[in-house]
Amino acid sequence: MDYFAQQLINGLVLGSIYGLIAIGYTMVYGIVGMINFAHGDIFMIGGFIALISFLVLVSFGLTAIPVILLLVLLVSMAVTALYGWTIERIAYRPLRHSFRLAPMLSAIGMSFVLTNFSQVSQGARVKPVPPIITGGHTLHEGSQGFAVQLSNIQIVVVLTTLVLLALFTWIVSRTRLGRDMRACEQDQTMAALLGVDVDRTISMTFVIGAALAAVAGMMYLLYYGLVDFFMGFVAGIKAFTAAVLGGIGSLPGAMLGGLAIGLIETFWSAYFSVEYKDVAAFSILIVVLIFMPTGLLGRPEVEKV
Amino acid sequence: MKSLKLIGLALGASFALSASAFAQDITIAVAGPMTGSESAFGRQMKNGADQAIADINAAGGVGGKKLKLEVGDDACDPKQARSVAEKLAGAKIPFVAGHFCSSSSIPASEAYADSNVLQITPASTNPLFTERKLWNVARVCGRDDQQGIVAANYIAKAYKGKNIAILNDKTTYGKGLADETKKSLNKLGITEKVNESYNKGDKDFNAIVSRLKKENIDLVYVGGYHQEAGLILRQMRDQGMQAVLMAGDAMNDKEFASIAGPAAAGTMFTFGPDPRNKPTAKAIVEKFKAKNIDPEGYTLYTYAAIQVWTQAAAKAKTTDAKKVMETIKAGEWDTVLGKMGFDAKGDIKVIDYVVYKWDDKGNYAEINPKGS
Repeated sequence: MDYFAQQLINGLVLGSIYGLIAIGYTMVYGIVGMINFAHGDIFMIGGFIALISFLVLVSFGLTAIPVILLLVLLVSMAVTALYGWTIERIAYRPLRHSFRLAPMLSAIGMSFVLTNFSQVSQGARVKPVPPIITGGHTLHEGSQGFAVQLSNIQIVVVLTTLVLLALFTWIVSRTRLGRDMRACEQDQTMAALLGVDVDRTISMTFVIGAALAAVAGMMYLLYYGLVDFFMGFVAGIKAFTAAVLGGIGSLPGAMLGGLAIGLIETFWSAYFSVEYKDVAAFSILIVVLIFMPTGLLGRPEVEKV
Repeated sequence: MKSLKLIGLALGASFALSASAFAQDITIAVAGPMTGSESAFGRQMKNGADQAIADINAAGGVGGKKLKLEVGDDACDPKQARSVAEKLAGAKIPFVAGHFCSSSSIPASEAYADSNVLQITPASTNPLFTERKLWNVARVCGRDDQQGIVAANYIAKAYKGKNIAILNDKTTYGKGLADETKKSLNKLGITEKVNESYNKGDKDFNAIVSRLKKENIDLVYVGGYHQEAGLILRQMRDQGMQAVLMAGDAMNDKEFASIAGPAAAGTMFTFGPDPRNKPTAKAIVEKFKAKNIDPEGYTLYTYAAIQVWTQAAAKAKTTDAKKVMETIKAGEWDTVLGKMGFDAKGDIKVIDYVVYKWDDKGNYAEINPKGS
C-alpha cells in the first residue's frame, strides 16, 4: 500500500508536467485545427529562459527563494509567450488559408529552427542547476522501513499545475477572450462576421499555450534539475500523445490524458518492467483510440462543409 | 565577363594553394560526442587532441610533416558515428582517435576497416571493440570485463551481506559493463536483488527509485552514463533514500557532480589510476592547467592515443594504416600514461582499474587500498 502511494505520487507529478504541455497542443488544435509540432520546443525554450532568468536574478544578489521563483515564473512566461506569438505570426498565419498540411510542415520546420537555435546559442551540453527547492515530508512510515516521501518540489509542481489549470479553464469558459476562442473553434468565418477578431484570438491562443509550456519548462528545470536543447522532442511527443488520449481539443481532456500517461508509465515501471514503459503507454493509447476514437473527453468531430 | 574570369583564376589559385598546403600536412581526426548528453566527454577528447597536436607539431611533426586535426561529431549515436566514419574515411584520413561511446566505436570501426583507416579509441571499454578481430583497431583504455571484476571485488568486500541492485541503460557500454559486473558478483556468491534496465535519455527515474527503496537497496550499481546516473542519484535523495551509487568510468567528468548536486558525495566509480598523477604526465598536466583546463577523465588518454600513432608512423616512415598498425603491435611506446604495449587484438598489455569516490566538494579521488 505504501509502495502504491509512493508510485501514485511519482505518477501524478510526472503526469502534471505532461498535462501542462498537452494543454498547448489541445488549445491550438481546437481553434486552428492544426498540430503545433513546435510546441515541445516552446517548452524547451521555456526551460532555458527559466534557467537564464534564474541565473541573472541570483547574480543580482537576490537570495529570497520564493521571490526569485515568482520572478522567474513571470519572466519565463512572458518571454516564452512572446516566442509563441512570434512563431504564429511568421510561420503559421501566412499559411492559414493554404492547403491543410502547409502549417503542419511549417511547424515541423519551426521545431528544427528552435532546437538548432538553442543548440547554437546555448551550447550543446546539458545545463544543470543545483537543487533549489529542497526538503520534503515523510507521509507514512511503513512496517518494513518503507517511507512514503513527498518532496516539496513535488507539491510545488502539482499545486502550480492545479492553479494554472483552474485559471485557464476560467479564462476559456468565463471571459470575453474565452468566448471568442470558443466561437473561433466552432466557425471562424461566422465568428468574424459577428465581430470577433479572429487573428487576435488565434494569437492569444498561441500566447497562452506558450505561457503554459513555459511553466512546464520551469517545473521541469526545478524537478529534474537540468535542461538541454533536445528535451523538447520526447516531452513534446508524450504530451501530444496525452492530448490525443484525453481527446484533442478538450482542455480537461489534455490534463486527464497527461495524468493518464504519467500514471501508466509509472505504474508499469513499478510493477512490470521499466524497459517497456513507453510500449505500455502507447499500447494503451491505441486501445483507447480503437474504442473511443475521439479520446477520453473528446467530442466527435463534425465535418464542416 | 572579364572580372568573372579573374575571380575564377583567383579561386583556382586559392584552391591550388590550399591543396599544396594539404599535401604538406597530415590530417588526423578525433571523433566523439561533441554535442548531446555525452558532450562533456567529447570536450575532454578534443582538449587532449588539440594539446597533443600542438606539442607534436612544436617538436617537428611526423617525419617532417605537420599534423592537422579534423573533428568528427557522433553525438554518441551509432548511425551518426557510421556516417562520420565514412566521411573521415572519404577524406583519406589515415588515423582517427575515437570514438567515445562503445556503441559508436564499434560500427565506426567497420567503416574504417573497409577504407584503410587506423582507429585507436581512448575511451570505449566494451570488450567487443577488439574481440571482433578487426585489423585496424586498438585502445589505450581498459576493458569492461576487467572493470567489472574490480567493481565486483570492491562490492563483495565493502558491501558484504547488503542488498545490491544493478541497473543498465541498454547501450553497448552500459549493458556490457553491468553484465560483466553481475557475472563477477555472482561468481563471488552475491546475487543482486534487483536487475533492471532503463532508457538512456530518460529524465524521470522516480518509479524505479521507489522500487529500489521498497527492496531496501544499500548499493545501486549503474551501467550507464553520467547524466542518467546523476538524475537517479538526485531522485533517490529526493525520495529519502540513502543508498550509495556505484558506476563505471563514464562518471569521470565534473559534470556528474553538477547534475547530481550535493548528492554526488560518496558516489563511487571505477577508472584507470588517475592519469593526472602519473610522473610521465606531469609536464603536460602543467600545460593544461596553464590554459585553465582540468585534463580529467579521457583527456590524457586521447593525448596518448595520438602519441602512439605518431611514434609508430614516424618509425614505420609511412601513414599507411596496415603498416602503422603492425608497427604499433610490435613495439612499445612512450606515452603520457607511461610505457604502453599492445597485444594482437589491440588491447593494452597492462590493464588496471581502481575505485574512485566523489567528495562533497565536487572532486573525485582514488580510494586508497587501505580504504579511507
